[in-house]
Amino acid sequence: MTAPVLDYDEVIERFDPVLGLEVHVELNTNTKMFCGCPTAFGAEPNTQVCPVCLGLPGSLPVLNGKGVESAIRIGLALGCDIAEWCRFARKNYFYPDMPKNFQTSQYDEPIAYNGVLNLELADGSVVEVGIERAHMEEDTGKSLHVGGATGRIHGAAHSLLDYNRAGVPLIEIVTKPITGTGARAPEVARAYVTALRDLLRALDVSDVRMDQGSLRCDANVSLMPRGTTEFGTRTETKNVNSLRSVERAVRYEMTRQAALLTDGGTVLQETRHFDEGTGTTSAGRRKETSEDYRYFPEPDLVPIAPSGEWVDKLRATLPEMPWQRRKRIQEEWQLSDLELRDLVNAGAVELVASTVDAGAAPAEARAWWVNYLAQEANSRGVELGELPITPAQVARVAALVSGGSLTNKLAREVVDGVLAGEGEPDEVVAARGLAVVSDDSALHAAIDEALAAQPDVADKIRGGKVQAAGAIVGAVMKATKGKADAKRVRELILERCT
Amino acid sequence: MSGSELNRGTAAELAARIHAGEVSSVEVTQAHLDRIDAIDATVHAFLHVDAEGALAAAREVDEDVAAGRPVASPLAGVPLALKDVFATRGIPTTVGSKILEGWVPPYDATVTRKLREAGVVILGKTNMDEFAMGSSTENSAYGVTHNPWDLDRIPGGSGGGSSASLAAFEAPLAIGTDTGGSIRQPAAVTGTVGVKPTYGGVSRYGLVAFSSSLDQGGPCARTVLDAALLHEVIGGYDPMDSTSIDGPVPPVVEAARQGASGDLTGVRIGVVREFTGEWYQDGVLGAFRQAVETLRGLGAEIVEVSCPHFDYALPAYYLIAPSECSSNLARFDAMRYGLRVGDDGNASAEQVMALTREAGFGEEVKRRIMIGTYALSSGYYDAYYGQAQKVRTLITNDFTKAFADVDVLVSPTTPTTAFRIGERVDDPVAMYRADLCTIPANLAGTPALSVPAGLSEQDGLPVGLQVMAPALQEQRMYRVAAAFEVARDAAQGGPLINRVPQLEVAR
Repeated sequence: MTAPVLDYDEVIERFDPVLGLEVHVELNTNTKMFCGCPTAFGAEPNTQVCPVCLGLPGSLPVLNGKGVESAIRIGLALGCDIAEWCRFARKNYFYPDMPKNFQTSQYDEPIAYNGVLNLELADGSVVEVGIERAHMEEDTGKSLHVGGATGRIHGAAHSLLDYNRAGVPLIEIVTKPITGTGARAPEVARAYVTALRDLLRALDVSDVRMDQGSLRCDANVSLMPRGTTEFGTRTETKNVNSLRSVERAVRYEMTRQAALLTDGGTVLQETRHFDEGTGTTSAGRRKETSEDYRYFPEPDLVPIAPSGEWVDKLRATLPEMPWQRRKRIQEEWQLSDLELRDLVNAGAVELVASTVDAGAAPAEARAWWVNYLAQEANSRGVELGELPITPAQVARVAALVSGGSLTNKLAREVVDGVLAGEGEPDEVVAARGLAVVSDDSALHAAIDEALAAQPDVADKIRGGKVQAAGAIVGAVMKATKGKADAKRVRELILERCT
Repeated sequence: MSGSELNRGTAAELAARIHAGEVSSVEVTQAHLDRIDAIDATVHAFLHVDAEGALAAAREVDEDVAAGRPVASPLAGVPLALKDVFATRGIPTTVGSKILEGWVPPYDATVTRKLREAGVVILGKTNMDEFAMGSSTENSAYGVTHNPWDLDRIPGGSGGGSSASLAAFEAPLAIGTDTGGSIRQPAAVTGTVGVKPTYGGVSRYGLVAFSSSLDQGGPCARTVLDAALLHEVIGGYDPMDSTSIDGPVPPVVEAARQGASGDLTGVRIGVVREFTGEWYQDGVLGAFRQAVETLRGLGAEIVEVSCPHFDYALPAYYLIAPSECSSNLARFDAMRYGLRVGDDGNASAEQVMALTREAGFGEEVKRRIMIGTYALSSGYYDAYYGQAQKVRTLITNDFTKAFADVDVLVSPTTPTTAFRIGERVDDPVAMYRADLCTIPANLAGTPALSVPAGLSEQDGLPVGLQVMAPALQEQRMYRVAAAFEVARDAAQGGPLINRVPQLEVAR
């Protein structure tokens, strides 16, 4: 294995990267693609199975109409053509977590094809990504390899199989080759997955949780010497489980391949495995000759021919698209272009919007997500949306502040408590005893103590130097451990001293 | 009524007596269980007999009758032999293969469920060529079934267990599946009736798949009316099978009763010119010609029609069926059910899969998996699978053209009478030719049946008359077959089946 020897600028000087991104989306239908089993994530292994999704002899698939509906809506949102007639096919290969040893998928007749997705990068520039196709298929089960060092099949003592996921509806969305992005290829890759995730979330067709595998990205990367137009040999990197990893994996592959090619070596067409810990990729399945899946039309299912009326009806159900939403939000919240971009770059648009929907003022909602929570996400190395706090919870904290029950400082403690898994904001307030001390008699005692401790300051106030009250306020806040409302304390001090 | 009389009764007669309270279903069932007990060591039609389940089902029917409640169906209480290709909850299902030895399905096939709901008494599971691949039942992993007409001969296949059980009077009704002729050819060589319905007419849910686009379950019986009664029990739309037809079952019982009047005036019958030649025995062609004359005598108008692409049906079938089977049989991998070989704690999953499939599949099954795998491979797909699909369309067009001119088509069911056990085991293509006349209807998805035509003058063995109809027009072929049956019995002095030799009772 050749270690990267070029720095990134050198890579870009010599090569043009070509990207191809394949995203698998698990649909959030209640039932599986071809049977009535539930699809909930995280159930006890092998409890959401039946003869059909276990592939028992004699069982037959029946298509989930809701899955087709979601596929068409995704296709429409991506500006795709919707096939007037298409079929499923069988992709034949042996693997223990695939009950039938073929995957029911679509091959040369996808339900949606030829679309486009526009991405806005951090600096506001727009990249147009062509969509080759979006097709329907079923997910496989999961293998758990036990006894090896890596958790991968190599070296494992035995494997356990969980078929709960087998047959969960998947949509695979494949881009056309993305060229001309140069040094920004990793950023484009990340922006693409981000934009797609936001789109799918707006459509409400998937949980789009990369950490739970309901959104999975395989990144195909190849390099061609600058000034040439023939694509190089590509690798396909799998196990890319976060937006950050998408960017890192693409960047690493570019650097690795550039080093190989510069050394006079060749890139092998292969599947590679991304390691989150090291940020590197390692060789997986070799694809010297492309695997022969012996596709043929699935004889157990009938062709799908969505009527024009149905497609039109689904088109009418499309929600506001994320880019339309952004534009509207900018106007409604009166944001400058820069403010909007900050919001977008922080990945906070939908979170802030949801927080506003839950009752918070736009400025406060924005402040929470873009400032305090963004820092928290950054220090944890996770996406903003992956923080264990919901927009509704943030809105509740904001309401407690505006209602005078919390100071800003206390509010941050409450948020910390929610992030630490201590429950809802009100539960954190109660458990940590964070409510503002609004009992005037308790405050009077503290004020009297502070005035007595600083008689000179007390005299100044009595003499009309109102601004001197700040020192007493500070002392009271300290004495109450910040649980008092400073404004109220000031009022009470002034009352006391007149 | 004696036990042997109960064994020889038709399903319609038995049902009438049971429902009238003249005889109990338990008695009828017990008579058949006794018969199986006495002769199945000789015939070997059954792989599994479920005496307890059968008697329990029979008692339920008897209780209904005793209480004066309406019976569940016109066939309630009548025993039946079920081909071992249908999943039966709690009863082993092997598909004639070692690879499923010991598998007890946790669910019922739709056909099984409909039979149970109709009060039909399932006696047990019948022998078959492994995964329904064969024309003699010699490919069963559990031993060959013997033809009751001549125990040295094959009972047809793949459904030889079902056909033999009828000819041996072990059951008055049976269920088969027909992918290339597996209902009709066994019926022909055992002198019984076998029907392949329109593709999609009987649910495939729970039918262990051989070739999904061709497989079709159907009724087997000793008379046309019995087959029709059973057809109406098992037919109809099933939401669990996407290829099932969402429409009413054709009125086949009515057609069988109408046909029994013996008048075919106004019916145009086409004789397919292509179904003759070097592979056909003179005795078969002779019996067929005589059958055609009988039909003419009933008032039918006989015309000769040509279906030129039928000559390509066999090669097209032997690409499509193996291709689908290579994919359908991939699931038998030792991971979840059935046989597991080589799992010594060191072998990888892939090694266990390979060892299990090597040990669990028979030679013919492996041959077809290999052919199918090859035919679907990239670079060969268009030349083989793709081309075969085009032939399939041409054959369908031949049928469409023919049925524009005639009501039904007729032919011999199979080119020869029952051949000797062992005769063709080393010559797969000779074995495949048994289905020369039956395969076109599978490729086109159209219905066809086999009704006994008579005995071959060459060897005294049964010859089948195949009647083919357009899709969803089953009533036409039932009417013709029922009319023919009456005329044949009249001309030949009673039902053909009565001439089955008395089987020696094994002791």
